[in-house]
Amino acid sequence: MTDQFEPVIIGFTCNWCSYRAADLAGTARIKYPPNVRLIRLMCSGRLDPTFVLKALSEGADGVLIAGCHPGECHYLEQNYKALRRHRLMQRTLAQFGIEPERVRLTWASAAEGAKFAEDITEMVEQVRKLGPLNWPANLPTKPVPVGMVAAEIPVLSEEVA
Amino acid sequence: MQRITIDPLTRLEGHGKIEIFLDEAGDVANAYLQVPELRGFERFCVGRPVEEMPVLTNRICGVCPEAHHMAAAKAADAVYGVTPPPAAKKLRELLYSAFFFADHTTHFFILGGPDFIMGPDTPVAERNILGVIKKVGLEIGGKVIQARKVGHRTVEIIGGRKVHPCTAVPGGMTKSLSEEERKEIETMGRWAVEFGQFALQTFHDLVLGNPEYLDMILGDAYTHKTYYMGLVDARNKVNFYDGRVRIVGPDGSHHGTYSPNEYTDWIAERVEPWSYLKFPYLKKVGWNGFTDGADSGIYMATPLARLNVAEGMATPLAQAEYEKFFATLGKPAHSRLAIHWARLIELLYAAERWVELATDPEITSPDVRALPTATPTEGVGIVEAPRGTLTHHYRTDQRGLLTMVNLVVGTTNNNAAMSLSIGKAAKSLIKAGTVVTEGLLNRIEMAYRAYDPCLGCATHSLPGKIPLQVSIHDASGEVVDVVSG
Amino acid sequence: MKPKFAMYWAAACGGCEIAVLNIDEKVLDLDANFEVAFWPAAMDVKYKEVEAMEDESILVTLFNGGIRTDENEHMAKLLRRKSKLLVAFGSCANEGCIPGLANLGTRESIFDCAFDNPSTENPAHLRPQIACQVPEGVLTLPPLQAVVRTLDQVVEVDYHVPGCPPESHQIAAVLDVLIAVVKGEAELPPKGAVLGAGDTSVCDECPRSRDVKHIDKLSRIQELPVLDTEVCLLEQGLMCSGPATRSGCNSRCPNVGAPCIGCYGAAPGVLDQGARLMAAIASVIDAKEPEAIDRVLDGLPDPAGTFYRFSLAHSLLRANRAALAEQE
Ligand code: SF4
Ligand code: SF4
Ligand code: SF4
Ligand code: FES
Repeated sequence: MTDQFEPVIIGFTCNWCSYRAADLAGTARIKYPPNVRLIRLMCSGRLDPTFVLKALSEGADGVLIAGCHPGECHYLEQNYKALRRHRLMQRTLAQFGIEPERVRLTWASAAEGAKFAEDITEMVEQVRKLGPLNWPANLPTKPVPVGMVAAEIPVLSEEVA
Repeated sequence: MQRITIDPLTRLEGHGKIEIFLDEAGDVANAYLQVPELRGFERFCVGRPVEEMPVLTNRICGVCPEAHHMAAAKAADAVYGVTPPPAAKKLRELLYSAFFFADHTTHFFILGGPDFIMGPDTPVAERNILGVIKKVGLEIGGKVIQARKVGHRTVEIIGGRKVHPCTAVPGGMTKSLSEEERKEIETMGRWAVEFGQFALQTFHDLVLGNPEYLDMILGDAYTHKTYYMGLVDARNKVNFYDGRVRIVGPDGSHHGTYSPNEYTDWIAERVEPWSYLKFPYLKKVGWNGFTDGADSGIYMATPLARLNVAEGMATPLAQAEYEKFFATLGKPAHSRLAIHWARLIELLYAAERWVELATDPEITSPDVRALPTATPTEGVGIVEAPRGTLTHHYRTDQRGLLTMVNLVVGTTNNNAAMSLSIGKAAKSLIKAGTVVTEGLLNRIEMAYRAYDPCLGCATHSLPGKIPLQVSIHDASGEVVDVVSG
Repeated sequence: MKPKFAMYWAAACGGCEIAVLNIDEKVLDLDANFEVAFWPAAMDVKYKEVEAMEDESILVTLFNGGIRTDENEHMAKLLRRKSKLLVAFGSCANEGCIPGLANLGTRESIFDCAFDNPSTENPAHLRPQIACQVPEGVLTLPPLQAVVRTLDQVVEVDYHVPGCPPESHQIAAVLDVLIAVVKGEAELPPKGAVLGAGDTSVCDECPRSRDVKHIDKLSRIQELPVLDTEVCLLEQGLMCSGPATRSGCNSRCPNVGAPCIGCYGAAPGVLDQGARLMAAIASVIDAKEPEAIDRVLDGLPDPAGTFYRFSLAHSLLRANRAALAEQE
């Protein structure tokens, strides 16, 4: 399977739970596909839809957003805000012809390394099935080098959690 | 064969292109008016919430956004089966009267009028508003500026903005009128009536008093015997905002009268592969090619058409001018250049109606919105745009999201008639051996400009003011000349 | 010799031109300080003459309208060459404006809606052709491009004047700056500057009071009774684009009870107006459970059309995927 399509997925994780879950998955050597480039935010509530659009328009095939479980956000209710943004974004992106599987929201506590790895695996599978997004706005599209997306994202939201 | 191109059509709203083909003898074989743009409003309004239509369709045309604003609001009322409270209806009509006044002023003094006031053969650089001001004097120029100002100010008070107003919504208006605002509007309206009389006087002096111009108006080069269309009120008087559409034949006989939701029984639109703009015609007469007469479904909808279909004006000063008009020209009047005169009569009517509404005791009522209760379905809204009857037809789903939008726009009505006029003017002005001077080409443009074509509208589909291109092709179809200003 | 001034519309509605005429007496200042070299809406100068002008011989061109056809693109490039300063004037040129909403569908569907509908008699499903043989010769039409583009997606732009149309008092202010520059009394603003607008959001200019932080329902205007004239419309449950839109109009629409629909484009520092609105709206909704959130969001049935009403063509995504795929 050498020419299997390997989607590029940008993952935004909150600093407190989901990033630790990812960390745990790593140290526990839980296997998950290497397609996700993780970017750490302080909280999922910090996730500006701009980040998602920028990632998608510059070559990502999908975006994963991860936060603490409802009720466990370190900034109280910010992850509910992330949930609302995600649902609103899904409705909007559908009108651009972007499938809902490409932008996924998941909750993971610091102890849930295995669950997080499963989520990633499942998402990579789904996006692989959908095929490359290759957002054609700026043809020809170059693949996004790891790390570049994060560096280019301007800090826009004044309501940093 | 020679080909002349005039590009762009100037002093018009939108983009336009005229192609003239000459035969071996150097005479005009045919002329085509092409509209080279399409913006696609009918498509991209689908999926939008119907209450947005008044602000979305504004952007079809910045010259007559008020017309789209009103047609859209009325169509949206119809979609919800809701009747706006009387004060809301009056506010809309008041805004609309002030708009008509300003728009007709803009057209006569800035877009179409310069040809008359300056004469078609004056140097290009002077055939514009600044030239007009130089010729008629700063005092008059100042009045023109003031006229546009009071019109736009009134639109702004009621509609929120001078261009692209935002207050008409399904069921009424977002804002009522305060007594203070009403007073300001009344004062401006009274000034407008005086200006209307003054504008007609100017026309009488400069144009009707000049035998050369009079000949042009009465002459054959600019005459077509077509059907005419326009909105009338219950007493068959000209009305811009509301009523039924009336159609008369080339001999002035009554062809039919229809309500907005019946429009598809009366109008059909033809597609020609060489223009983005369709050619509407009367369905019951049929399409018979680019010819005039009673057997051709080609009709016109302009100030002249409205006067031709109506049995008078609803206000006294305009009524007196209406009588003078037909006493001079006979009824129906067919001269396309008489559109300018008819426009000024409408301008006066608009000003008079403005004062009537501004002094209506109900106009400051706070009751300006009715809440719809029915499930939205389908509706048609019709108003008279300055350039002709404007029809908006919407279908929605149960949430009021649009599933179908059809627009038959002011200028589009006149597309076939304009093509006729251009062809005819070209044929009578370009003869074998005639040197095609710039002034001559401008006269062809005049044939077109009399309609005040707004390709912005037409191309809702297209943009704002019209640049024109005329190409002359020789007998083999080659472009031999693009004579331009 | 007076410096040359030009104004041109591409895929535009003409409102920008009218807005310029609405500066009233100031039009005379324009005439006093500039030679109007090209302005199809107001005077007779033909394309050919523009082509004959020397490069950079026009000091400033106000370009309104988006890029929809090859002709629009051609004129953008021509005027770029002929002008020292090219100004993207109005929402269409800057961000695609409402005609940019066409980017949510394909070009084919535009033709289908325009040329097959209830009043069109077109049994053969004819479509306008780029080149068409008529008995006397061939007639051509400029092709429609797949998507609407903004001026700066086609050529380099020196300044931006936002608004649909720009408010006349702002146009007058921009004109004053240009005249001062011509007279040597002022320096040119830095390249890329946004002229004739404020540097905050419409909300900051809006006199309506904002007291509550949350809304539990989004409604459409025909569902709401006459609104309070002093309280923020968003707080009354009506979608308003004020939070993400650039100031400069003195909050015209909220002043008359209508929501801001976003015509001044993205507020300063905002990369994508729609994304900013999504963030703002999602923040204030008072709901935690997915079902409850969805119930509120149902009150906003056309999010892409609402959030990107004016700025779609200039947004990060720019268009629907299918429409973009047609470009080539
Ligand atoms: S920005 Fe607005 S006013 Fe200007 S051309 Fe575009 S639609 Fe018309
Ligand atoms: S959201 Fe709208 S109404 Fe509320 S403050 Fe902002 S601009 Fe004003
Ligand atoms: S309030 Fe918003 S939509 Fe209205 S003029 Fe100002 S920026 Fe444009
Ligand atoms: S801290 Fe993890 S989602 Fe807020």
